[in-house]
Amino acid sequence: MTKWLEDHLPKLMLAPSFVAVLVFVYGFIAWTAWVSLTRSRLLPKYEIEGLIQYERLFASPRWDTALNNLYIFGALFIVIAMALGLLMAILLDQNIRTEGAIRTIYLYPMALSMIVTGTAWKWILNPGLGLEAMVKGWGFERFSFNWIVDPDMAIYTVVIAALWQSSGFVMALFLAGLRSVDGEIIKAAQVDGIPTWRIYTAIIIPSMAPIFLSAFIVLAHLAIKSFDLVIALTGGGPGFATDLPATYMYAMAFSRGDIGQAASSAMVMMAVVFAIVVPYLYSELRSQKDD
Amino acid sequence: MKSHVFGAVSGLALVASSAAYAGPEAEVLHWWTSGGEAKSVAVLQEEFAANGGSWTDMPVAGGGGDAAMTALRARVLSGNAPTAVQLKGPAIQEWYEEGVLADISAVAEAEGWADVLPASIAGHMMCEGTWCAAPVNVHRVDWIWANADVLEANGIAMPSSWDEFNAAAQKLQAAGIIPLAHGGQAWQDATVFEAVALGILGADGFHKAFVELDEATLKSDGMKSVFDQMRTLRGFVDPNFPGRDWNLATAMVMNGEAAFQIMGDWAKGEFLAAGKAPGEDFLCASTPGDGFLYNVDSFAMFAVDGSDKMAGQQLLAKLIVGKNFQKVFNLNKGSIPARVDVALDEFDSCAHLSASDMAASNEGGSLLPSYAHGMALRGAQAGAITDVVTAHFNSDMSSEDAVQQLATAVANSM
Repeated sequence: MTKWLEDHLPKLMLAPSFVAVLVFVYGFIAWTAWVSLTRSRLLPKYEIEGLIQYERLFASPRWDTALNNLYIFGALFIVIAMALGLLMAILLDQNIRTEGAIRTIYLYPMALSMIVTGTAWKWILNPGLGLEAMVKGWGFERFSFNWIVDPDMAIYTVVIAALWQSSGFVMALFLAGLRSVDGEIIKAAQVDGIPTWRIYTAIIIPSMAPIFLSAFIVLAHLAIKSFDLVIALTGGGPGFATDLPATYMYAMAFSRGDIGQAASSAMVMMAVVFAIVVPYLYSELRSQKDD
Repeated sequence: MKSHVFGAVSGLALVASSAAYAGPEAEVLHWWTSGGEAKSVAVLQEEFAANGGSWTDMPVAGGGGDAAMTALRARVLSGNAPTAVQLKGPAIQEWYEEGVLADISAVAEAEGWADVLPASIAGHMMCEGTWCAAPVNVHRVDWIWANADVLEANGIAMPSSWDEFNAAAQKLQAAGIIPLAHGGQAWQDATVFEAVALGILGADGFHKAFVELDEATLKSDGMKSVFDQMRTLRGFVDPNFPGRDWNLATAMVMNGEAAFQIMGDWAKGEFLAAGKAPGEDFLCASTPGDGFLYNVDSFAMFAVDGSDKMAGQQLLAKLIVGKNFQKVFNLNKGSIPARVDVALDEFDSCAHLSASDMAASNEGGSLLPSYAHGMALRGAQAGAITDVVTAHFNSDMSSEDAVQQLATAVANSM
């Protein structure tokens, strides 16, 4: 009996969460896929009608904008947040005196919710209230920083606010990574007279590959599910210039009573996530096995 | 065997529920939770209690009703719909098609609703010939509000055509005043757009475009002129408008920073709350052109079981359209009563104008549903139009491209 328990206890312990994930994650993904093939409006219907919702989706200029915004926002956000985070981590790693205080300061934005970040940046970036008005008040009458009211530039303000929020967190991740590198190797390299930047690019950064993976995964899912930041910062505007797939889906499902359309946009979002994350995970996991 | 037991139990439950009849009961789902609105609902609640009913309040705030609609969906799917739900326009018909609305024709006929409601508004309350909803108020959407002092100082009268408006706006701009206070949110762009469309296309054209979705009208030269005028208006708003809330735009008119605002009569509530007097501090007029765009709030009645709930529903419907509630509620909310036989002595001059215009438009056939506020079209179609309107207003899209996109978007939303 004890033997049986010993063998099966892990499985028994995992069973409830396994069932929960099966139903609430994969079950609902299947449900959404089904609904995306129907003509559901206010309430879900279950008669399959084919790919009509996807045809409507890709004919919609608003969805085009939303998907483009996701690419722009996702790429800039992930790349810049990792670069900034790494840079700050390396600078902090130089045995400076007030490291604790500075680390806390950079990490603090993470303690705020995206809604607060969005609202604060909405005021900072507002040409009549924030930065532009302040600099003009100093006497630089021709200064202009009106990205948030410019449909072509507004998406970049979302990137700015998201970077402010998340770079500190990426920095903390990288800092932990830098500290985990074996000091003996670095000392050996220093003894050999290798310049510091070479030590970083050739030894330390390559040995932090798993940290890059974690940072990428965290940032990628933050980017794809971004919703509250856009709602608070621009409300999707001007017009729908800063719509993201998540805000598009919300508008269809909850404001317009077009559940089929919302379901099809959710499926496309999921496909985008898979397309980016799965190959990356695959290559990372395989190269780890080879080691 | 099992089904027998089940039958017996539910039979018992039926007996029990009818034995425990405790008077009319109603559960009411709404999103009137802010100051003046909450006060207005409390009036109905008190009146309901005074008639022996017990009221279960179900306020769901947030998202301009989006949150409430989500709650409603969950309740209907679980087979436990509330007695009455704040719903309006074609959404009532949409829910009717899902087969979940009740028939309250008995009350409506006993109370003679057909005689006291304007025909086009009554039409929204009927589902295939039976009454299924009760109207609460009539908001007029095509209003233009102005700061009286600013107009006087610049020698400008309330404009009666869009050309006059444009001329006045240029004069104001030269004097360093923002001609049009506007908030760049999609629904506000749509509100201005439909006021312009009514003025330029006329009542028939408006009906063809935004009720019948007639493709030829959507692509017509008239519609191009509407977009041209929108482009002109874009030049009259300050550069800082995107994302601004409507009440902040109203405040700009109030403090003289801007001269005009095009907005529904909920803006009047802002003026009044700030202690401004209609006719003296601020002026109200219909936007240039003939017609009347209405936004009617109503309660749709959902199918419920049990005699106490049904009695509650009937009582509620009767009270909502009753003269007393229609008067008190609308005094609080800034709108006018939906029934035409309520004395308007206590209402202000803007409400009088609204009521007389409504009566005139009703006779002239130009009493039209607002598309921007979900009275004319279903969510998907209205949303498709708004997407084009706001994209045009916030970019340098040409009017030709705009009408083309409009027709495509509408076709794609079907």
